[in-house]
Amino acid sequence: MELNSLKKRRRFNSAIQVVSSLSALLGLAALLWILLVVLQRGVGALNWDFFTKLPTPPGIIGGGLANAIVGTLLITLLAAIWGTPLGILAGVYLAEYGKGTKIAVIIRSMTNILIGIPSIIVGVFVYALIVLPSKTFSAYAGAASLAIIMLPVVVRTTEDMLSMVPNALREAGLSLGAPNWRVILQIVFRAARGGLLTGILLAVARVSGETAPLLFTALNSTFWMHSLNEPIANLTVTIFNYAMSPYADWKSQAWGASLLIMGAVLILNIAARLAFKERSRAK
Amino acid sequence: MILLLDSRLAVAKFGLGFLVSDAWNPVTGDFGGLSSIFGTAASTLIAMLIATPLGLVIALFLVELAPPKLSAFFGSAIELLAAIPSIIYGMWGLFVFAPFMANHVQPILGKYLGFLPLFQGPPLGIGMLTAGIILALMILPYISSVTRDVFMMVPPVVKEAAYGVGATNWEVTRGVTLRYSLSGIVGAGFLGLGRAVGETMAVTFVIGNNHQISASLFASGNSIASTLANEFTEASDPLYLSSLINLGLVLFIMTLLFQAAAQFWLWHIGKKMT
Repeated sequence: MELNSLKKRRRFNSAIQVVSSLSALLGLAALLWILLVVLQRGVGALNWDFFTKLPTPPGIIGGGLANAIVGTLLITLLAAIWGTPLGILAGVYLAEYGKGTKIAVIIRSMTNILIGIPSIIVGVFVYALIVLPSKTFSAYAGAASLAIIMLPVVVRTTEDMLSMVPNALREAGLSLGAPNWRVILQIVFRAARGGLLTGILLAVARVSGETAPLLFTALNSTFWMHSLNEPIANLTVTIFNYAMSPYADWKSQAWGASLLIMGAVLILNIAARLAFKERSRAK
Repeated sequence: MILLLDSRLAVAKFGLGFLVSDAWNPVTGDFGGLSSIFGTAASTLIAMLIATPLGLVIALFLVELAPPKLSAFFGSAIELLAAIPSIIYGMWGLFVFAPFMANHVQPILGKYLGFLPLFQGPPLGIGMLTAGIILALMILPYISSVTRDVFMMVPPVVKEAAYGVGATNWEVTRGVTLRYSLSGIVGAGFLGLGRAVGETMAVTFVIGNNHQISASLFASGNSIASTLANEFTEASDPLYLSSLINLGLVLFIMTLLFQAAAQFWLWHIGKKMT
């Protein structure tokens, strides 16, 4: 390192400090900008009709997105029902039974790869797997693609949380004569409860804002759904279609839907953080 | 894999030529993936060029400069950026950020840097540059939070030693912290890269969706993901559909390669450290 005069070094140092502080501010500003814009444009669109009425054809003012709200809730719920137990079981295997085995290593790296797969590819995959053979877009297909996206997230957090449970607890249970499965269910799960909840909440938060995999699995619809085996309305695809449309009324509803989705996702995220903090404090 | 099976029609017809042909004509049934692949590469490159240095200095601020309380606040605020769904970025990008680019940023760039082919053309707002910037914003939290974690793993003793011989804050960072955490930063980069390559909705909103390769960053283009999002439900004839699935396969292989590279890199580092 060449030796400059102290003054020069000091000046350079403060320049870097200013630049890095400004960058952090820039990140914060971007967050606030997005939040405020969505809030400001979305609030105007939210009213009673928005939550209770069906969409109207273009040109007719009014109407709401009740079917899409229900659809999104339904698809997310279905995905959580499929993805969560499977993910937790796989996580238990990795952390408890398969520790150190070759299969566990393979499953773990497959999970890592699965996390990195773009969500639109999952959509294409489910399209080829479910939509093509069954010849119809359906809520099932949409939920399946979301479940595939949730799965690796749940597996990873479950494994991490379970491995954080101290071994002494397990040994204490085993020494009382409890079988392995009982120790896992009643001791390890109880100790890791907050962490598991965090993982599930984060996974749900992640998929509830997903659009790409739903585009060609759940499609969209302007009616109430009658069965899970048909195209189903959902908020995110509706946002996409409405935003690209030329109608001001639709655009405003898209902002309203954006606000709803963003609010839900942020609340889930903050709840997940709180659940995790609660757990760390209890320790 | 199933994708492979369903793309066989397009593979059989176009072969490897699919990768280098920029034709895309659903009417005559002539498909090539080059423009989409180019768009993915270009928008990702822009995003990485912006997000990597920015993520680095933000991590620097969080670890070295900010008082702990402020650092925690900024840290979680920037992590929340990662929680915002991509479709929200798309809405914001199309209706707020693209007009901002068209009215304020692009005219200035065009005026002063217009001699470069990169910055020529009408300032429409939507296009490659806008898509790249929004992508950068989206991957920024991944890069900065991973980098922050690596920075925090640098042993304090080493840093204190450097301070002890009179180095300034920046000199410690450059000479000690960065050197220690270089491998981790590369890992963070790969993570961001994987995100940016497959990002769909935000890009679809702002990139303009045009099957053309242009040297100008102001021009609209498309990426693999945006092509899929736009045209998948319209693809009526089997060859069209198969070509799209083939594109998906290309994207899948790209992300797989990045993933493998990242995993290998981490494994390599892990071996070196023990």
